[in-house]
Amino acid sequence: MNAIDTDMIADTAPITLDEAMHFAWLEADLLDSAAYDEWRALWTPTARYIVPITPGATDFENTLNYAYDDAEMRAKRAERLVSGQSVSASPVARTVRLLSRFRLLRSDARTCELRCAQMLTEFRRGRERTYAADVEFVYLRGPGGLRIERKVIRLVNGTDALGGIGYIL
Amino acid sequence: MNIAVPTPPALDMLVQSDRARTTLYTDRALFEEEMVKVFENTWVWVAHASELAKPGDFKTAHVGLQPVIVVRDRKNAVHVHVNRCRHRAATVCEVAQGKTSSFVCPYHGWAYALDGSLRGVPFEAGYDGQLDKTQFSLRSLRVEEYNGLIFATFKDDIEPLVDFLGGAKKWIDLFIKQGAGFPLVSLGEHKFRFPGNWKIQLENTTDAYHFPLVHKSFLSAADRETEDSWDIMNKGGFVEDLGNGHSVMVMMPELVDLEENLDAPIPEKFEALAAELRADYPEEQVRRIVRAVGGCGFNLNLFPNLGCSAAFFRVLQPVSVDETEIRHVALGMAGGPAAANRARLRIHEFFQGPMGFGTPDDAEIWDRVQHGAQGGRDLWVMLHRGLSHEESLPEGGRRSDVSAETGMRAAYAQWKRLMGA
Repeated sequence: MNAIDTDMIADTAPITLDEAMHFAWLEADLLDSAAYDEWRALWTPTARYIVPITPGATDFENTLNYAYDDAEMRAKRAERLVSGQSVSASPVARTVRLLSRFRLLRSDARTCELRCAQMLTEFRRGRERTYAADVEFVYLRGPGGLRIERKVIRLVNGTDALGGIGYIL
Repeated sequence: MNIAVPTPPALDMLVQSDRARTTLYTDRALFEEEMVKVFENTWVWVAHASELAKPGDFKTAHVGLQPVIVVRDRKNAVHVHVNRCRHRAATVCEVAQGKTSSFVCPYHGWAYALDGSLRGVPFEAGYDGQLDKTQFSLRSLRVEEYNGLIFATFKDDIEPLVDFLGGAKKWIDLFIKQGAGFPLVSLGEHKFRFPGNWKIQLENTTDAYHFPLVHKSFLSAADRETEDSWDIMNKGGFVEDLGNGHSVMVMMPELVDLEENLDAPIPEKFEALAAELRADYPEEQVRRIVRAVGGCGFNLNLFPNLGCSAAFFRVLQPVSVDETEIRHVALGMAGGPAAANRARLRIHEFFQGPMGFGTPDDAEIWDRVQHGAQGGRDLWVMLHRGLSHEESLPEGGRRSDVSAETGMRAAYAQWKRLMGA
């Protein structure tokens, strides 16, 4: 089998759980490492990063969210963390996030939906907080590999009073 | 006739006309006293009418530390009840917002009507016919409403709400104009806590002085027009003491009355929205909606717990001496254009809430005030900015420049009156 044949197989085979899972871990690692430029490059130009308030919310555009970021807002959010202008992000909280309980809800050669659990611990100024969430991804496969088309972070305590979150969930 | 009531000297040691003692943020005994003397002896905001639009709609809230239910009965009257069963004290409702026909205690099943009256007691025979249910209604507070704002009080003989609001009424009316002709409606809320005293947040609502520094990252992220409109230290705004602890801070004098200047050019940032609205609305209404979409140019601070803050309600809930819960209620146009409400949601998300570009920086500063206040407890928190050029207005209020601490002085004067009563 020559190289061209291999590419053809890769392009027509559905995205696997393994592939999607590794991509989710890559994104998590970039956020915890504060590698925001690389993180932003993982997204499609039309992608949305969404943190809803209400469990089960689906009409994010017409609902109040914690975050409903397009590419421009993601860039601003990242800039805020490195600019030194934000007192709540100077220094940025250190975070460690664990993603597990992965399940591929739908998959074909071009796109997939992945759902998983995220446990995030933040530490800043002597205070440690934990946020648990269900995370839903829509990934698209392009020439350069997987890209994020949509990420929805559903905090288990989304309707409760949260602390200031001066980093990217 | 004016009768001078001497202020107890102990209170003078805590609050003077231009300063407050650091222990106002840290003293637990003082906090317990405030929860009764302040919060149980004044009008406290509990809901916006749109949060209980229909009969049976309810929400839970607090007046001071006491849990309450705000509910609209079948005859459209709004009641506020202490959320406590008259039998053995369990809450009769733990749902933040909803619709119901009654409140039933989950412990033994005592059932209350929406007006608070006790209607049903399981196995009532066990009381041998001696239980007078009329004596066991839910405890109800006095309730009054002004222009959609619903307030409640434990103090039965308090002045009418309209008198308590006094000089603030005109500003409430102006604030409500951001409905652009549609009724104002709650679009949801952001809720967060910070480890600090409630008065730190109360002060902040009429504090323009912090804005250019604390919100520098917001200003950098905003578009040029938004940044210019928030150049509030240089726009000729002012702070006015409205009496009874209320104050207003006018940040953008050009946006005080949203029904004026409808001929002004539409800002570039709202041109796309205006174009979308023109498909469904005549030009004059488009201009009215667009002018209202970013909210009004002032913060109205209603003592002790509500801020009508530019485009949203800021609701302040003391939890303990060093813990406060804040809710930022997003507002929209009921039955208005979805595109305009979407614009309002995005503006709210941009600044407000635990992931906004403004709120986390405020919360961080308030946290630092509480931490710093552990030091130098004998020192004063200084509130004298703008006092030297503060003017008395003919109608009785006091006014100084936009960054003056006039609003804080007004709030602490009211605090002192209530604590000394």
